[in-house]
Amino acid sequence: MINFKLTYKLFGERSILIEWPDRIQEDILKDILNFKEIIEIKLYELIVEINYAYNSILISYKNPISNFKQHESELKRIYKTSKNQTVLESRIWKIPVCYDILFGIDSEEIIQAKDIDFEQLIALHTEPLYTVFFTGFLPGFLYLGGLLEELYFPRKDNPRLSVKKGSVAIGQSQTGIYPNESPGGWNVIGNSPIKLFNPNSDAPCKIKGGDKIKFCSISLEEHRHINQMIEMGFYEMESEVFNG
Amino acid sequence: MKWKVRCLMVNVINPGIYSTIQDLGRFGFQNYGVPISGVMDNYSAKLANNILNNDENDAVLEITIKGPTLKFQTNAVICLTGADLSPKINNVPTVNFKPILIKKGDVLSFGRLNHGVRCYLAVLDGFQTPLVMKSRSMYKNVTDSFVLNKNDVLPIKKISKELDFNPIEFNNDYFETEVIEVYKGPEFDKLSEDEQNKLLTQRFTISKNNNRMAYQLNELLENKLQPIITSLVMPGTVQLTPSGTLIILMRDCQTTGGYPRVLQLSEQGNNTLAQKFTNNTIEFKLLAH
Repeated sequence: MINFKLTYKLFGERSILIEWPDRIQEDILKDILNFKEIIEIKLYELIVEINYAYNSILISYKNPISNFKQHESELKRIYKTSKNQTVLESRIWKIPVCYDILFGIDSEEIIQAKDIDFEQLIALHTEPLYTVFFTGFLPGFLYLGGLLEELYFPRKDNPRLSVKKGSVAIGQSQTGIYPNESPGGWNVIGNSPIKLFNPNSDAPCKIKGGDKIKFCSISLEEHRHINQMIEMGFYEMESEVFNG
Repeated sequence: MKWKVRCLMVNVINPGIYSTIQDLGRFGFQNYGVPISGVMDNYSAKLANNILNNDENDAVLEITIKGPTLKFQTNAVICLTGADLSPKINNVPTVNFKPILIKKGDVLSFGRLNHGVRCYLAVLDGFQTPLVMKSRSMYKNVTDSFVLNKNDVLPIKKISKELDFNPIEFNNDYFETEVIEVYKGPEFDKLSEDEQNKLLTQRFTISKNNNRMAYQLNELLENKLQPIITSLVMPGTVQLTPSGTLIILMRDCQTTGGYPRVLQLSEQGNNTLAQKFTNNTIEFKLLAH
């Protein structure tokens, strides 16, 4: 594994922010996930939680930090040893999306601007194997990498006050699924019936950073059917182990 | 809200403007994008619980600006701290910072706001609303209900322990100060010296956009910084938007953000700000780490 040059900063009274180089790339993601996992094991008794994003980790400690230099060298030592251990397992998740214009309220605008047809829009959006980088913005909102450049489309100048739960949308170079109804400025091209966030489950989000996602196109009929299955508790999202 | 557990109840006759059940927060779920939530003024909420000999993390009612009207269907012991909202029991004025014995059928109500913004109501052993992801703090799409509504019922425990309360010393000077203590944020050093000086010497006014998610400030600070790749934020993080607006994140803030993080409020700075409101002025004072 590559050794990245990391910076360590004290953030508030009891948190340390570790930063990787300013890039969005999978090598960094893997390094972050690996380091995070090992900090969680080694410093279990000292920390409240660790969160991560594209190129950073935020460690919240139980107690205020009085000796930052000591914590920093401890973390640097753990980072070095983390290079010999890889502990992660990733999965590929198949996510059903209905691209019918009943849901895809911005598809028409994208098709016209790009001079493509409706089938091409679906083909381009379902083609990539997307990488999950992390969860943020809303409970269960996945930050995905891998949108094809052909589908880059600017965010709306005036965000909608309400975007429907399950909406699949494009915001500039990113694509994502709204786990719940929320305000939002991305362009909606479809809807997925799956539940991305369940606060009453032991694992509130099954999909996590490092996993992969494949969208597959379903009809309105299938969307309705899956919705019913989910409500009755019969639906299992399809997934398999991924060794990238 | 309907509770299946048989419990003693407090009826919400009027919910007030914005009343929520909060404990110290929902920890361990930020990597699912779940905000920390919890009481905005930690000091006052802990004080209310300490006065009642409760656990510091017991759930309290956070009351904002205009208080609710609550009818107790059981005997109870309560304590009020934080903002002074002219509390009354059966229309007779009562006081903050003391254990108060409530009899079955008593009505707790509030009047004029005298000072502060957020008042905390603790009950013996805490409110027993459902635990979701290890916390009772209300948040939309996490707990079934995210704000108190008319006709809600709040479950509380029966008085089972011997009542023995010791006087507790406290210091509410922070209600009067305009000074908010801060540390440098991760992008502070990228600001020009001139901007750093302005940030640390200018007086700022709280805009009308202030709530449990964030407080915006009216005065702008020129922003020549590049946006950052979406990174991590927490309550107390001060963000600088491309248009130069300063946004101070509060307890219900998102877990990630893409604006430069110029300052980080101290934990006491968060408490101080939580007791301020629209048009109040503040100034930042830099603490060394």
